[in-house]
Amino acid sequence: MAVGIQHISGRAVALERRDVDTDQIIPAAWLKRVERTGFAPGLFGAWRNDPDFVLNRPGAAEAKVLVAGANFGCGSSREHAVWALQDFGFQAVVSPRFADIFRGNCISSGLVPVEADEKAVSALFAALAADPDAQVVVDVAARTVAIPSAGLSEPFTIADFAQWRLLEGLDDVALTLRHEDAISAYEAARASWLPSSAANEAASA
Amino acid sequence: MTGRLFDKVWDRHLVASPEGEPSLLYVDLHLVHEVTSPQAFEGLELAGRKVRRPDLTVATMDHDVPTIGLDKPIADELAAAQIARLRQNCAEHGITLHALGSPEQGIVHVIGPQLGLSQPGMTVVCGDSHTSTHGAFGALAFGIGTTEVEHVLATQTLRQVKPDAMAVIVDGELPPGAAAKDLVLTIIRALGTGGGVGSVIEYRGAAIRALSMEGRMTVCNMTIEGGARAGMIAPDETTFAFLKGRKHAPKGAAWERALADWRGLVTDEGAEFDHEIRIDASAVRPAVTWGTNPAQSVSIDDTVPDPASFETEPQRQSAQRALTYMALQAGTAIRDIAVDTVFIGSCTNGRLADLREAAEVVRGKKVHQGVRAMVVPGSARVKADAEAEGLDKDFTEAGFEWRSAGCSMCLGMNGDILSPGERSASTSNRNFEGRQGPGGRTHLVSPAVAAATAVAGHFAAPGDV
Repeated sequence: MAVGIQHISGRAVALERRDVDTDQIIPAAWLKRVERTGFAPGLFGAWRNDPDFVLNRPGAAEAKVLVAGANFGCGSSREHAVWALQDFGFQAVVSPRFADIFRGNCISSGLVPVEADEKAVSALFAALAADPDAQVVVDVAARTVAIPSAGLSEPFTIADFAQWRLLEGLDDVALTLRHEDAISAYEAARASWLPSSAANEAASA
Repeated sequence: MTGRLFDKVWDRHLVASPEGEPSLLYVDLHLVHEVTSPQAFEGLELAGRKVRRPDLTVATMDHDVPTIGLDKPIADELAAAQIARLRQNCAEHGITLHALGSPEQGIVHVIGPQLGLSQPGMTVVCGDSHTSTHGAFGALAFGIGTTEVEHVLATQTLRQVKPDAMAVIVDGELPPGAAAKDLVLTIIRALGTGGGVGSVIEYRGAAIRALSMEGRMTVCNMTIEGGARAGMIAPDETTFAFLKGRKHAPKGAAWERALADWRGLVTDEGAEFDHEIRIDASAVRPAVTWGTNPAQSVSIDDTVPDPASFETEPQRQSAQRALTYMALQAGTAIRDIAVDTVFIGSCTNGRLADLREAAEVVRGKKVHQGVRAMVVPGSARVKADAEAEGLDKDFTEAGFEWRSAGCSMCLGMNGDILSPGERSASTSNRNFEGRQGPGGRTHLVSPAVAAATAVAGHFAAPGDV
């Protein structure tokens, strides 16, 4: 992720399901790719075979925000799930609760995880049911998700550091390498018996 | 000081705790496989960075390797290219690779413990959610995404916000016929798919202490299915006996020093947890999932539940949707459900002890007519050891296919898949829609139940066949 994200404004897709696992978001057959791009056709691959699926509805291709039920992104650690959502055009996902690994992957790749409470997400679903074309606005700095045409604005939760990373578009490795001296010092003090592929034979010393 | 096992392992890996930022944790062991690593190596190279500790990085091929015809070129071009990429990345960066065809190749979470690489008090990460398996040794082990894989390759550290600590206390004794798999499915049913989000679980109690290392690995492996990234079990004599003499375990005086350290890796008397649940082991029965997430299971003696019987509207909707996908009627006895395929293997239940349990059931019997049954050992060594004991004969004479090691039908990346509408009894870890192939219907079970089901042609306990 190189570019910071302040504001997201656009159409939304409402996916009223809970426990959406990463096998649904991007089926395993797509994981043979060695690139970070080209996953859009595989997004919700099996569910898109149903012509009535929300991603097949008019306007979905322009959507920037996905609104979903609780425990979104559970299951496999595949970051490909985040890449597929981004490749399709989504810049934020709203859910009452994200699976831990998926949330981390979102921050890593710059997809905004908008964790709002159940009531707020229900209100978003209701507003989108009434007006599927409504614009949804995610303000990362203010930690709000809004549908201005419905007079709706709800707070969401994101850790300070994750918010800062998204706003600034920072590279985690570069941030960590500021602590390289501490890493080297730590390494010098590690227990001698810890396994290493290089020092396997020396472990008996 | 009263500390929890989790705190002790966490604290000893803190490299830095910068104000207002997540902590920087040192990674003792980074396991790598072909599917979640290519983009990480590419990122590393684009930034002109090197692998900081190739000696603490170990790679294998498991997710999309074939399990038959290893003497021939890999037919799937994409898989072949991905596998070739891993080989190239490991060669360029000096990383030990247990490649397809080598004696230590296998599922990443089977080979780590097998080689003695997974030890008490360590941090273990891998671009795979079932990394929680290694917590069975009292390690802090969890799955990471590909960007984090790149971060670990470059820095040997990870940025982490400290999760909560949850205790899952399993009192009492498992009844005969109930396996570690049945226990963990029962725990997940109690926890729900998201109940562990934000927590690291420590499994405690008499029934946990009584488990073998293989059983502990099965329990820790499926921790992620309850939403927690890591599950841990304090090391004890069972752990030490398993480790002693393994290739990467400490030896001689180093073993004694390590042992003295490991004995301190327990939760102190009086330490409190942020969350706690209790499970009565004596009530655990052989479990069978009926739905499309691992929390949706019942006892084999039960019937498919009525969606209306669930407490909340989202649960009712979820159950209804699952029954439609699974083509099941509420009220059907689990034993009346016929299967097309039986799969024994995976990082959950692909170890030698699992194969022994299954072989015990099928020995001298035949797979039911029309059922496709396969055993995929978790590693090349598990396969060789099983063959040395003659387990392969038990399986093949009964009509099972005896394959080579890999993830295989657990996630269906390598061509070992269910056809649309096919129903499986599987010893793997996920019954998500299409997990074992588009349109496939997966029921999670223990190795013994899978074996009995293969013989009966419908769900069955070992006592039924």
